[in-house]
Amino acid sequence: MDNQRIEAAAARRARTLRTATYLFLALWAIVVLFPFYWMLLSSLKSYGAYNSEYIPRFYTLSPTLQNYADAFTTVPLGRYFLNTVIFTLATTALMLCVTVLAAFAFSRLAFRGKDLVFTLFLALMMIPGELVVITNFQTITNAGLRNTFTGLILPSVTSVFYIYLLKENFEQIPDELYRAAKVDGSSDFRYLTRVMIPICRPTIITVTILKVIECWNSYVWPRLITDDTNYFLVSNGIQEIRENGFGRENIPAMMAAVVVISVPLIVLFLIFRKKIMAGVSRGGTKG
Amino acid sequence: MNNRSFKGWLYLLPAILFLGAFMVYPLVDVFVYSFEEGYNSASQSFFGTGLYNYRYVLRDEYFLQALKNTFLLVIITVPLSTGLALLISLALNSIKKLRELFQTIYFLPYVTNTLAVGLVFMILFKKTAYTDGLVNLVINFFGGASVDFIDGPYWAKMFVLCFYTVWVVLPFKILILTSALASVRQDFYNAARLDATPKWRVFTRITLPMISPQLFYLIITGFIGAFKAYSDAVAIFGTDLNAAGMNTIVGYVYDMLYGNSGGWPSFASAAAIILFAIVLTITCINLLVSRKHVYYV
Amino acid sequence: MKVVLEHLTKKFPSRNKKDKSEVVAVNDMSLEIPDGKLVGLLGPSGCGKSTALNLICGLEAPTEGRIFFGEDDVTALPPERRGVGLVFQNYALYPHLTVRQNILFPLQNLRGEAKLSKEVMEEKVLEAAKLVQIEQLLERKPGEMSGGQQQRDAIARALVKMPRVLLLDEPLSNLDARLRLQTREEIRRIQRETGVTTVFVTHDQEEAMSISDVIVVMKDGVLQQTGKPQEVYNDPDNLFVAKFLGTPPINVFDGSVRGGTLHIGGDAVMRADGVADGAYTVGIRPEAFRVRDDGPLRCALETVEVMGRDTTIVSTHPAMQGVSIRSVISAEYAEGVGGDEVRFYLKCAKVHLFDPESGERVRFSSAEAL
Repeated sequence: MDNQRIEAAAARRARTLRTATYLFLALWAIVVLFPFYWMLLSSLKSYGAYNSEYIPRFYTLSPTLQNYADAFTTVPLGRYFLNTVIFTLATTALMLCVTVLAAFAFSRLAFRGKDLVFTLFLALMMIPGELVVITNFQTITNAGLRNTFTGLILPSVTSVFYIYLLKENFEQIPDELYRAAKVDGSSDFRYLTRVMIPICRPTIITVTILKVIECWNSYVWPRLITDDTNYFLVSNGIQEIRENGFGRENIPAMMAAVVVISVPLIVLFLIFRKKIMAGVSRGGTKG
Repeated sequence: MNNRSFKGWLYLLPAILFLGAFMVYPLVDVFVYSFEEGYNSASQSFFGTGLYNYRYVLRDEYFLQALKNTFLLVIITVPLSTGLALLISLALNSIKKLRELFQTIYFLPYVTNTLAVGLVFMILFKKTAYTDGLVNLVINFFGGASVDFIDGPYWAKMFVLCFYTVWVVLPFKILILTSALASVRQDFYNAARLDATPKWRVFTRITLPMISPQLFYLIITGFIGAFKAYSDAVAIFGTDLNAAGMNTIVGYVYDMLYGNSGGWPSFASAAAIILFAIVLTITCINLLVSRKHVYYV
Repeated sequence: MKVVLEHLTKKFPSRNKKDKSEVVAVNDMSLEIPDGKLVGLLGPSGCGKSTALNLICGLEAPTEGRIFFGEDDVTALPPERRGVGLVFQNYALYPHLTVRQNILFPLQNLRGEAKLSKEVMEEKVLEAAKLVQIEQLLERKPGEMSGGQQQRDAIARALVKMPRVLLLDEPLSNLDARLRLQTREEIRRIQRETGVTTVFVTHDQEEAMSISDVIVVMKDGVLQQTGKPQEVYNDPDNLFVAKFLGTPPINVFDGSVRGGTLHIGGDAVMRADGVADGAYTVGIRPEAFRVRDDGPLRCALETVEVMGRDTTIVSTHPAMQGVSIRSVISAEYAEGVGGDEVRFYLKCAKVHLFDPESGERVRFSSAEAL
């Protein structure tokens, strides 16, 4: 009897706790999702409707795509978008070449001074970007590379951390494969492209995705190095739109622009969800 | 140099060139700048060497404001976000249904553009002639008076900044902590259960020590990240952070370098080095503390 | 504390989500474990023995059936209120706590009337540590100890709260061969000294045979046979049990009984009364073979392995199952063995007949070697 009462009480407690847990999780999910919902909702309201709502409504009965048209015509959102795509692709591609070559050298080739250089590389990981931005800004300015893609891209094509990540992964490939390839007479470069890169594809994809996210959201460097709107990336574009774009009050159009900017990464995330989350937990921090 | 060594260096060459030009050289140069008194981009000249730049920066009201803002931000958001992430991760770990869905949702802010979503936060909190903003309406509903969170009192602006920062940094922390919690072997919990261990004791004596390495990793990176806060503030208050009184140290550095108040790389360098020194000190303290309290396998 | 399992069944949902069928890990198991005995729960991997252990300690709830500790029905009790001590296969020692803190851990959980003073706790920890002989290692952490020492620590932690039943999950599987011998003696000694009813799970028949008072053999979730190790070995209920116990394993032949005589292939090897004529599976223990120049069982000699005290003769026979016959002969009787053929006569008590379909044992009333 006593046992049963205790059991029943325990079961009740467990149920209450579970309900509370789900409520708590749902609450935070709303906090996370609400801004996304709000930007989507606002972007679908017409300018007039939005501004006439002193108490904003949580739905709209007359959605309009006018704001999206405005976003692409009134301000050069398409331009920003294209710039960001070019910047992201070029930076990521160059970064992959540089880091893969370096990681290959560290993991597979034997040469004098390797350990010393690697230690120096690791030491560079401690250096915050804020410290070197100042001189880089001067360098690029003095070289006359402001408002060029070259100036945007060059400083961010190496990442010691990704070199390190790739090197660790490359080193897991057994030596026998390398010896076998040598016996078969393939060159180092051929071994790298035909054996190592295919085997390490998961890590390379991880690095690529992380870099794409980083590029897409980069703000500080592009802001320093571009003041010609023709070279703005989306982050700078959105800041420009906010300050001088549609006129400060055309919030629906602004939200449309925000949606357009946010969608590519969200889609990318939903497709590669597992990979991205695994990759970030292995080697990502925000910013 | 033999052929083999040559080849190794050849593969490394691009990395070394880029790192040399954009990491090593700037690192040296930033110290040089910081001691070149009053260097000006426009005239490309300076009038002496010494500690003047540091003295100037440390007396600059804008810098002191930025310092205060940054410290407040760090002190508020690091414990709050870490604690909240731990709570959410524990909740996530205790459920089975809908877990993946929640995890996916919680991760969304990580892949969004900070600047873009910041705008949404701004309109949610902003009070304009047309509307008080959604957040104020909620406050009104509970009987409070409207506050302008974007252009209003300092505490309100700080609140929005902290809220947004927590919103932005949480996904990473939740991700790390959920996988840390999931990697604690079920055997330990079973053993504790057989010994009738109370829940709270299981948490403090087993769970916390087991995830302490990841927890401290998050605290350390959290401190570093929060000290470098900048774009979150820009996202909400716009580029002129000094005017809003919401500048951060990193923001001060960039403002010194560029923009309306820019053209002073020496002051920027001095401020950046001060920031670096602060971050280094805090990180060392963190590491010392962690050595005492963290259990490493 | 006597432990009784009544018609215990545990079903798990299939891992394959589309497949609605269930996996029956433990199937209608009834068993009485006598008070104060050391019981070995034995079977090949996947036979449900670990599930049975988890049912006893309460980490899993049975689908059907009941569990009693003494007179108490504990079926619905959660594990923390059953008063069992469990030693996990990988010990599950808290790696961040010292040996002392690990052993202390269960005691610190006691609340209310059961709460102990600091001094009593210390005393109990020391007592438990002495019992397993790790009192000089109390300040070490598990990572700084050998596997055997960790095992002792885990046993001490399980014993310190005076459990009604002690359960050990594959206690020796993580130890190297030498430590395994030593530790199993140790488990035997600790069990004797404490007198606590102990159940341990193992897939190693030698381990179970060597230290258990009672062994329980399981296969595919079904209990096969229970009894004292030697009794089960000498008198297996079915072919599975006969095959599973003993090294080298029992030799299996296709045979038949005709008119009270057991034939293996063309050889009439033994008189067997009280058995119907027909085909049988014949199991012959390695030690049942005796060499004799005119022995009835004619085998082709492969090799003779001299092991010192004993000699193993490896041979083949047309009616055997498997690749060879291994017979263990005292070295002195094996001296004359050589050439192409070796002939045996059989010790009848070590020859078992089984139904070729079901594998059930068919007992003869009397037998006589030929």
